[in-house]
Amino acid sequence: MLRIFRKNKKKPGEVQDVQLRPAEQSGQDLLEKRLEDTRRQLGKRLGALLSNRSAIDDELLEEIETALITSDIGVQAALEITGNLQAAISNKVITQAKQVLPAVQAELYELIEPCEQFLHIDEAHRPFVILMVGVNGAGKTTTIGKLAQRYKEEGLSVMLAAGDTFRAAAVEQLKSWGDRNDVPVIAQGSGADSAAVVFDALQSAKARKIDVLIADTAGRLHTQANLMEELKKVHRVMGKLDATAPHEIMLVVDAGTGQNALNQAREFNKAIGLTGITVTKLDGTAKGGVLFGIAHELGIPIRFIGVGEAAKDLRPFDAGSFVNAILPID
Amino acid sequence: MFENLTERLSRTVQQLRGKGRLTEDGVRDTLREIRIALLEADVALPVVQSFIQGVREKALGQEFLKSLTPGQAMVKLVHDELVQIMGVQNEALDLRAQAPVPILLAGLQGSGKTTTTAKLARLLIEQEKKRVMVVSCDVYRPAAIEQLKTLADQVGAIFQPSTAGQKPADIAKNALRAARQQMCDVLLVDTAGRLHVDEEMMAEIRQIHAVISPHETLFVVDAMTGQDAANTAAAFNQALDLTGIVLTKTDGDARGGAALSVRQITGKPVKFLGSGEKTDALQPFHPERVASRILGMGDVLSLVEEVHRKVDQKKAEKLVRKMRRGSGFDLDDFRSQMEQMQNMGGLGGLMDKLPGMSNLPDNVKAQVENHQTRQMIAIINSMTPQERRFPDVIRGSRKKRIARGSGTQIQAVNRLLKQHGQMQKMMKKMGKGGMARMMKKMGKLQGQLPPGGFPGGGAGGKMPF
Ligand SMILES: Nc1nc2c(ncn2[C@@H]2O[C@H](COP(=O)(O)OP(=O)(O)O)[C@@H](O)[C@H]2O)c(=O)[nH]1
Ligand SMILES: Nc1nc2c(ncn2[C@@H]2O[C@H](COP(=O)(O)OP(=O)(O)O)[C@@H](O)[C@H]2O)c(=O)[nH]1
Ligand SMILES: [Mg+2]
Ligand SMILES: [Mg+2]
Repeated sequence: MLRIFRKNKKKPGEVQDVQLRPAEQSGQDLLEKRLEDTRRQLGKRLGALLSNRSAIDDELLEEIETALITSDIGVQAALEITGNLQAAISNKVITQAKQVLPAVQAELYELIEPCEQFLHIDEAHRPFVILMVGVNGAGKTTTIGKLAQRYKEEGLSVMLAAGDTFRAAAVEQLKSWGDRNDVPVIAQGSGADSAAVVFDALQSAKARKIDVLIADTAGRLHTQANLMEELKKVHRVMGKLDATAPHEIMLVVDAGTGQNALNQAREFNKAIGLTGITVTKLDGTAKGGVLFGIAHELGIPIRFIGVGEAAKDLRPFDAGSFVNAILPID
Repeated sequence: MFENLTERLSRTVQQLRGKGRLTEDGVRDTLREIRIALLEADVALPVVQSFIQGVREKALGQEFLKSLTPGQAMVKLVHDELVQIMGVQNEALDLRAQAPVPILLAGLQGSGKTTTTAKLARLLIEQEKKRVMVVSCDVYRPAAIEQLKTLADQVGAIFQPSTAGQKPADIAKNALRAARQQMCDVLLVDTAGRLHVDEEMMAEIRQIHAVISPHETLFVVDAMTGQDAANTAAAFNQALDLTGIVLTKTDGDARGGAALSVRQITGKPVKFLGSGEKTDALQPFHPERVASRILGMGDVLSLVEEVHRKVDQKKAEKLVRKMRRGSGFDLDDFRSQMEQMQNMGGLGGLMDKLPGMSNLPDNVKAQVENHQTRQMIAIINSMTPQERRFPDVIRGSRKKRIARGSGTQIQAVNRLLKQHGQMQKMMKKMGKGGMARMMKKMGKLQGQLPPGGFPGGGAGGKMPF
């Protein structure tokens, strides 16, 4: 899967200085400390392995394999990377221990960097419609709350559509996010037709000249054929009002998910065509390594990462930080 | 859920078939394959490592294995090791304590705690005839308390109100008092999701734990969880001294390695599986079935059988009998069932209401109504009686013949076999006569049903096990 160490690869060490923390962050000491702590632990271990030796040994390769596997990158990819690494070492492409980590980092970076594509709200579309999809409990509604605040702060007018008509109190949850951000929420009763709610909302957003409409949907497992059909219907009805809508179809993925996330991305993409991904819950110890597989197979842009439950805990995806969290160099 | 792992392990083991003795090299290669299979199923790395270690030691150590062919020996080893990790029997909720028995639910964000609280309440109310109170200590997530209230009303549990302004430990303490006053048998305490690295939140739940001294502390974990299951399970177990695990969202296609990880790392039993969003989608977990499932139903199990027969005649016979019972639902039965359902016409929504049926995979449900049904019947018609009775014999060339005979594609044949497999599993769960009873009930309902729906309420939705 990975094409490690091709001739014209990035220079080793190039990603080294990419920071985990985007420049805009401040006043998030605790979270930063936690993120930093987990990163450090691994960094220390790898660093210790590197510091007192110049020769490359099995222990180092094993640590790298462990770091990759436990990041959920997938065992085949991890084996391929370490296999290629071994080949590069025996071919004398890599001769020193200190070259090893940067080389793997560079490879990972190269794989995921093309997916680092910021979500631009195209003003040609008014409203710019974002449809949020994903499995149960991934963080769709919370991410909507975060996005609402973000766009509001950017001076855009925002409206939310309570398309999750299934889960108990899902509408209330979204309304509460709407209230906090002082953003209108279009909703019908629980049990209503999701497509109808979204249709209403789009109509209303057009009438009120809203800039951004974000539509929530009920969580659904990608194996549930009838629910995937329902999603297609939501997509279809929007088209009746605006042939270009939705302008962003965003899959929300829980960073703690293992290889199943690949199935999720594949199936949701097949059903409605994804244009973006947000990875949530990266504030824990889960690394979200499965995104490499998704990037490799589907190449869907990764828009944001969620690093907490508050409205402010959303950041643009940064490939360098992401890689550095998996294989830190201290 | 465990299909992928199953396939992989069977393939590995099949490669060993017919080879000579177990050599050290052979063992190493096989173990490498098994390691990959387990990792692909999202079993956590440390758990995989200790698993492999355990098998390796035994594979190289045991005398009697030399007399068997390597495949069989290895399967038995892996099987035994899986059983050893997963445990043997279902462990039920322990309610033997003074009422109200407090039960605490804990876990990461979005794992399914609130839904599981409602499911457990329903189970205890309907099956154990308990008086159940539920309370939410989630003062963080918007509308979390409202969510539990809605669900409590649906399942008929007593809802103890709480507000976002309160301290979670106070909520729990008050609820315990209220449960006592209202003569409840069980108090289910739902909590906010939290990350194990969040020290304050972990301190908070330890405090809740201290205040109510729960008789059961259940860790609710998403079946789709990857490697991180190891970290979180260890941390929650350390903080709270868990008594059991609930694995949720098993209705998808997750490979379910988290079950193995969490069980091994905490040493605590998986007590329930969540298999859907509705409040009746909760099953007691039967570990021995999972060990078999992980190893595969067909070939691999029969290999195990052979080993057992050689090693222990009596045991093997028992196993065979057990399996015969399980696979009693053959393709002939499948066909007549489809024909019956076809005769009844559009059943879609109705099926959900029937006992047990809500747990059928959606694609199985869908096929009942689907035009595919006719095609499926045609496929079965193209099979020999022997193939219908023993679908396991249907391999490459037979599949081709059947596809040609029924004017379909091999994929359609595969799909049918898979669905039959799922049905068969379902049948097993429902026990003997369950299907017949259900069909009868369906027939009756058909006559009574007003157009436009099924009157709510009465559907028990209980699984007969
Ligand atoms: N720690 C953490 N929790 C999150 C994050 N995003 C969402 N959550 C939590 O995950 C749970 C499920 O989120 P929700 O938005 O309701 O998921 P949905 O079912 O996909 O709409 C809630 O408890 C959220 O607070 C995140 O980035 N970090
Ligand atoms: N498919 C499926 N969804 C589930 C299951 N258990 C819970 N859910 C869904 O997962 C999401 C999060 O559940 P919730 O109980 O709110 O999680 P909590 O944050 O841990 O309380 C909701 O959309 C539930 O409907 C299950 O067993 N199967
Ligand atoms: Mg939601
Ligand atoms: Mg909850």
